[in-house]
Amino acid sequence: MTQRVVITGIGALTPLGVGAETLIERWSAGESGIEDGLGRCREFEPTEHLSIKEARRADRFTQLAIVACDEALTQASWEDGPSVDPERVGCVMGTGIGGIGTIEEQLEVLRVRGAEAVSPLAVPMMMANAASGVVAMRHGLKGQCYGTVSACAAGAHAIGAGLRMVQHGDVEACVVGGAEAGITPLSQAAFVGMGATSPSGTSRPFDARRDGFVMGEGAAALVLESEEGARERGAEVLGYLAGYGATADAHHLTAPEPSGEGASRAIALALADADIGPDGVDWVNAHGTSTQLNDRSETEALKRALGERAREIPVSSLKSAIGHTLGAAGAVEAAATALALRRGIAPPTIGWEERDEDCDLDYVPGDARTLESNGRPLRAISNSFGFGGHNAVLCLEAA
Amino acid sequence: MPTANKEQIEERMTAALESFGAERDQIKRDANWEALDVDSLDLVELAQIVEEEYGVKMKEEDMKELKTVGDAVDFVAERAKS
Repeated sequence: MTQRVVITGIGALTPLGVGAETLIERWSAGESGIEDGLGRCREFEPTEHLSIKEARRADRFTQLAIVACDEALTQASWEDGPSVDPERVGCVMGTGIGGIGTIEEQLEVLRVRGAEAVSPLAVPMMMANAASGVVAMRHGLKGQCYGTVSACAAGAHAIGAGLRMVQHGDVEACVVGGAEAGITPLSQAAFVGMGATSPSGTSRPFDARRDGFVMGEGAAALVLESEEGARERGAEVLGYLAGYGATADAHHLTAPEPSGEGASRAIALALADADIGPDGVDWVNAHGTSTQLNDRSETEALKRALGERAREIPVSSLKSAIGHTLGAAGAVEAAATALALRRGIAPPTIGWEERDEDCDLDYVPGDARTLESNGRPLRAISNSFGFGGHNAVLCLEAA
Repeated sequence: MPTANKEQIEERMTAALESFGAERDQIKRDANWEALDVDSLDLVELAQIVEEEYGVKMKEEDMKELKTVGDAVDFVAERAKS
């Protein structure tokens, strides 16, 4: 039997503020962190958390990752380094793009001042694996360490990779998550150019009037441990990471496969991995981007994977409150899922008002809803899908 | 390229090192790089600044000989004159 894997630390830095509790508190209250059509982490001030040296050597996406990981590790009582053999602690952080702010800035330096003026810090700042490397260095984590890159599924893939690592016994614990700071001129223009973002600047997942996603930024992290190890050291168990499923659409560079086939296979794999059926799922934290294509095909995927049960389960999208944090989204949403399960609630899909005939599930309009536990621990799935046809689904269970 | 005296060069280098994260009161002529937590990436940035402002190239082999703030200031001052 494989190891059960528990969550012993949660950290998040999002447009709703600094801290995981702030995220769940404000989302549950129906508050939005989106302003002027963007989900920026406006409350984040790097020098409040990092030394001058740390801040100037880290692209914003890495800065966000550092703060989220610090919070998660502090909650796990590992702020001064892990209490287990550090060679048995891994770190996997996902990102969609990596240090795009650094790339854009240094390209300007190259053009204006020439090649010799390009910063020696450019490479270590722009590389997509910087977040995992810097976090491992900061906390002395010496096990497997790498970044995952799968667009908007990257954070979920990172968590899935960490889950397998712990289950397999490669490590005793793994710090996992995702980070993105892609609200930059080139990145914004590129998403606008492909017609993915909302011209109205509104994130309205599953609503008939939705017109694209709102760009967000942020980071989140979880500390995963074997249940045995966590219990032995007396760590508080915040929840279980019960299952993981990942597939590819093999269909189109950006458009999801319309029938939701690939996504539904990922959901089915995650449920099988958690050894449960559709009846064992109480809530869906959807990918729900607010694009026409995603929300329709995700609805199809849920119906395919969960059958009739899909109509009974509340389906919420955090992107209604913070926009789309791209490569961080899978991690931010997994963190929010774990926290919502602890509270026994399904937070709302903010702004959902008009039913789309192709999106005919219960999207939790209005207020947060209490979840019925049915005499067993509450469970939820957290969906993440990325350009390139990447599908990653996590199944979480309340402690 | 403007000519610069040793004091001006030292002042400029101190400002650069401080911007890299070194503590200002630690930045003295006899302070070595390790004590200031200045590593090879910082030294490349320092060399870029020195070249841009004084037209003096600090090559990698030169860097190996420059162990302290004073060494670097003297190196630049010597060459900025000529």
